[in-house]
Amino acid sequence: MSVSFPYAVSIWRRNASMYRRTWKWNILPNFFEPVFYLFSIGVGVGAYVSEMGGMSYIQFLAPGLICVAAMNGASFEVTYNIFVRLIFEKSYDAMLTTPIEPDDILVGEVLWAVTRSCVYGGCFFLVLAVFGLTPLPASLWAIAVIPITGLLFASIGIVFSLRVPNIDSFSFYFTLFLTPLFLFSDVFFPLEERLSRGWLWVAEALPLLHPVRLARTAFSGHWSVIILWDLFYALGLTAALLWWGRKTVRQRLTN
Amino acid sequence: MDGIDLVVPPRSCFGLLGPNGAGKTTTLRMIYGVTTASSGSISVFGLDIAQNLRAVRSRLGVTLQQNVLIEALSPKENLLVFGRYHLLREPELTRRAEELIDFLELRSHAHVPVRQLSGGFQRRLAIAQSLINGPELLILDEPTTGLDPAVRLALWSRIRELRAAGTTVLVTTHYMDEAQRLCDRVAIMSGGKIIGAGAPHELVATRLAPETVEFDSSPAEESLLLDGAAQWARRLRAGKRLMVYLDDAAPLIEHIRRHDRGDRRPLIVRPTNLEDVFLSLTGTGLENNP
Repeated sequence: MSVSFPYAVSIWRRNASMYRRTWKWNILPNFFEPVFYLFSIGVGVGAYVSEMGGMSYIQFLAPGLICVAAMNGASFEVTYNIFVRLIFEKSYDAMLTTPIEPDDILVGEVLWAVTRSCVYGGCFFLVLAVFGLTPLPASLWAIAVIPITGLLFASIGIVFSLRVPNIDSFSFYFTLFLTPLFLFSDVFFPLEERLSRGWLWVAEALPLLHPVRLARTAFSGHWSVIILWDLFYALGLTAALLWWGRKTVRQRLTN
Repeated sequence: MDGIDLVVPPRSCFGLLGPNGAGKTTTLRMIYGVTTASSGSISVFGLDIAQNLRAVRSRLGVTLQQNVLIEALSPKENLLVFGRYHLLREPELTRRAEELIDFLELRSHAHVPVRQLSGGFQRRLAIAQSLINGPELLILDEPTTGLDPAVRLALWSRIRELRAAGTTVLVTTHYMDEAQRLCDRVAIMSGGKIIGAGAPHELVATRLAPETVEFDSSPAEESLLLDGAAQWARRLRAGKRLMVYLDDAAPLIEHIRRHDRGDRRPLIVRPTNLEDVFLSLTGTGLENNP
């Protein structure tokens, strides 16, 4: 069965009408997280760091945290929220009594998660702009990295969520997967300067590394061919996961 | 599920009855194509469900056992969300939602968040949702479980109105009074099989007898009282309670009174109903029903 875009949009609109009511409780707290990091680490710790990667520490930190904001936005949506809709609210069971197909649900939920990542990432970008941390116009390219990051982490998260047995599994996802990514993906320090050549190759496997490098490239304006690899990684892994996700969502929702 | 053969005539109300775990919900899931049968075929509106999933689902409505509502939103907003799943567009979408708000009497709280509404109100909203696309076939999975008598009566009358207007209704229930009041035909399921089917009054007439005498008695007392009398052979026991099905209750009552010698044991004489048929087919014990 194929994806029908209008049905996917109807699911997107379901979530949108719900979040118009609950955004204060859902979106706001997660949004503040990278803002706190920016000021605590960027301003606080940054005061003891004269420069990093050829710039002030807070300038180094800024582009990576945009990606972290986008990653968080998508991840909360496709983990806890999807699991609640799947198991407790039975939202998908009801959708499948209408012409909606499992593929539409997958696409609709991913689109919504990307939307949320854009809200988080976009707001954070504005915070940076207000504090003069976005070199214009070069940094505007980083805005395009936000949906790419959202799409990638929506795809990873949704495949995980559709395969886990219970809601407790998500603490593994956040503590053992997202937190290390957050700490070791070029956000806080340049991996190139700290890792040996062999480990640098291993680090290329980390999904968050690639959006962070793209955003940092945009901010610096120093373009290099490596961004082609970063784009290929992010979009390629997304495509592969969504392909797998189609089978997973059908297995989980039917029979 | 094991070799089920069901035909639901259009514009009728069909009841699927059976104890918990009999396979009623699974049968429904097969009809709207969420569970696939390992063999056999299912056609809805003359279309094979496996080939025409979207087309079939656009013409039916399903009320699931559990209400699926967005608690933060109002009944009106919930209806709009559900209508969009069917790709309804404005102004049709709002018109349908308003019609259903009136039809299921949701007007008084149409703009209050669902989480503040009573169980009966939420159930009515869930049924309204499944009607948003004006379905030709309405599938109701235990529509009135857990509701108070007034709400049940109101819902039954709405379901009858829909049927009169040409909607085919397929309902599962384990309330026999509900089946008897609503359904033109019923099928009784147990262990994934259909073990009896027909119009409720026909089932009662062919399976049992028109009158029932109900009283308490121990098994020993029962054999003393009734053994050897062929006309009282159709009996059903649930714990201490004994039901005897017969064409004429008077001789049995007289027999019991004579036996009791002035000790007036409470006796109930009533018309035999679908519940008796159901229990005689599915059993009164709980052992086979984990």
